[in-house]
Amino acid sequence: MENSIDLLNALVLISNYVLIPSLSYGSQLALGAVGVTLVFGILRFANFAHGELMGLGCTATIFFTWWFQSMGISHSFFPTALFAMPFAMLITILLVLAIDRSVFRFYRLNKSRPVTFVVASVGVMFMLNGLVRMLIGTDEIIFRDGQKFLIKAGLFKKMTGLNEGLALKQTQVLTVVLAVVAVFLLFLFLQRTRTGKAMRAYSDNEDLALLSGISTERIVMVTWIIAASLATLAGVLYGLDKSFKPIVYFHLLLPIFASAIVGGIGHPLGAILGGYIVAFSEITVTYAFKKFITYIVPANFAPEGLGQLLSTEYKFAVSFLILVLVLLVRPTGIFRGRVL
Amino acid sequence: MNYLIGENLTGGYGGADIIRNCNVSVGKGEIAVVVGPNGAGKSTAMKALLGMLSLRKGRVFLDGNDITGMSPQERVSHGMAFVPQNQNVFVTLTVEENLEMGAYLRRDDITETMNQVFELFPVLKEKRRQLAGELSGGQRQQVAVGRALMTRPSVLMLDEPTAGVSPIVMDELFERIIEVKRTGIAILMVEQNARQALNIADQGFVLVTGENRFTDTGEALLANEEVRKSFLGG
Repeated sequence: MENSIDLLNALVLISNYVLIPSLSYGSQLALGAVGVTLVFGILRFANFAHGELMGLGCTATIFFTWWFQSMGISHSFFPTALFAMPFAMLITILLVLAIDRSVFRFYRLNKSRPVTFVVASVGVMFMLNGLVRMLIGTDEIIFRDGQKFLIKAGLFKKMTGLNEGLALKQTQVLTVVLAVVAVFLLFLFLQRTRTGKAMRAYSDNEDLALLSGISTERIVMVTWIIAASLATLAGVLYGLDKSFKPIVYFHLLLPIFASAIVGGIGHPLGAILGGYIVAFSEITVTYAFKKFITYIVPANFAPEGLGQLLSTEYKFAVSFLILVLVLLVRPTGIFRGRVL
Repeated sequence: MNYLIGENLTGGYGGADIIRNCNVSVGKGEIAVVVGPNGAGKSTAMKALLGMLSLRKGRVFLDGNDITGMSPQERVSHGMAFVPQNQNVFVTLTVEENLEMGAYLRRDDITETMNQVFELFPVLKEKRRQLAGELSGGQRQQVAVGRALMTRPSVLMLDEPTAGVSPIVMDELFERIIEVKRTGIAILMVEQNARQALNIADQGFVLVTGENRFTDTGEALLANEEVRKSFLGG
């Protein structure tokens, strides 16, 4: 009896600190990685500005949230940001289309090499980076309102009688649910609609797509619209779940690229899988397992150390390690995407 | 008056001219075949007709209209269909999706055309849900030709449709191409398998180093002693 309770405690502990956070963080990475992979598939370059695009989408959402709140629009349960997000998406889409018009289109018409596009995207990254800081500053901003927890740790303990509590934040559930819905809609679009199929055809074989009368500019426009929407969604969900800090979106670029490459770049399904792989690895490797191990082994075997493989500051090393391993062992990624 | 005419085509890929004063043409309901040794500019001549080559000299006519200034995409929308030699199918799309993409420019109902393609290539109907990349070489060629036919073109241009397929598959492909011709489409083909291709050709063009060497009916070219000796291996 004592044993099975310990096991339950261990299970709750690991769910609370590893499984649930990985699931929501993984969904956020997946949404970002799908955007990177779509842009790569159609425009054939790794868009370094994608992380900042997420930051920009979140910034716009925060402004709309404040505006809505000042007008007294809010919801007792859902965060106001959820209602503000569609408007922010629109702004982000318009900005991205303007950037494409003024920056990337020039290189596209000149048929520049991918590396030129990449460097141009680094420039766009710095530009967006500055824009976000000019608009909203560099401080941490918490813009979450509504109900914070769906399950509170204390209540959970009281109800189950376990030592370990399980907390479930509303933002975590929102993240997973919205990510699933967004991905489902994206796949429906890619698989069923004429434009979606044309996007896949264009990504598969550009010359043949042109011979079939598929227009590059139209496909590129649709791709940017989807990428900007997904970036805003990912940025807002991340900002809601943790907090908004401009620098974080720059840091997120690495795990997002790792996710896209692990799954096979140019392959949306791979990007999603990659997101969860990177998130689970990052959180598992930096979690201190001492308590967990103490629950599952006999008392005298309990570890002395923290049982932590890497301290949290090194979490980016995990993405790097995954990236290097994949590029060495299987450069095409799990789903056999393109080689960068 | 032929339906598609390339007149005095001269040009290349920036450097020296690859084709010089090249004349190629095909009429409706006819098969014209361009043959010649490697590097003779066969594919280049075809690309020139499609507008994928900047011409220094010469003009292209489609149905009596000068289309020399049109982009490849415009020519496609004017009824020219092209099957490239390599990478001529969308490998990550299903057979059916490949055909749908062929009809991308069309806004009307495409089921009838698709059924016609399935009638012509029954194996494609069977494999309609399979990815084109999973098909054999011969079946892929059928998808490629089917995709091109989906626009209901008036001219079908094929760049070495039988490259890399077995002799049996080649015979079958030629058979199908004759069937397509009977629907009144003009067919222009570049071929390595010169003898077999000239066999089904109404019109044959032998190119050597970018210039017309012989132009005659397929039958006459096959009978020509010099052509046989130099280009058909005796």
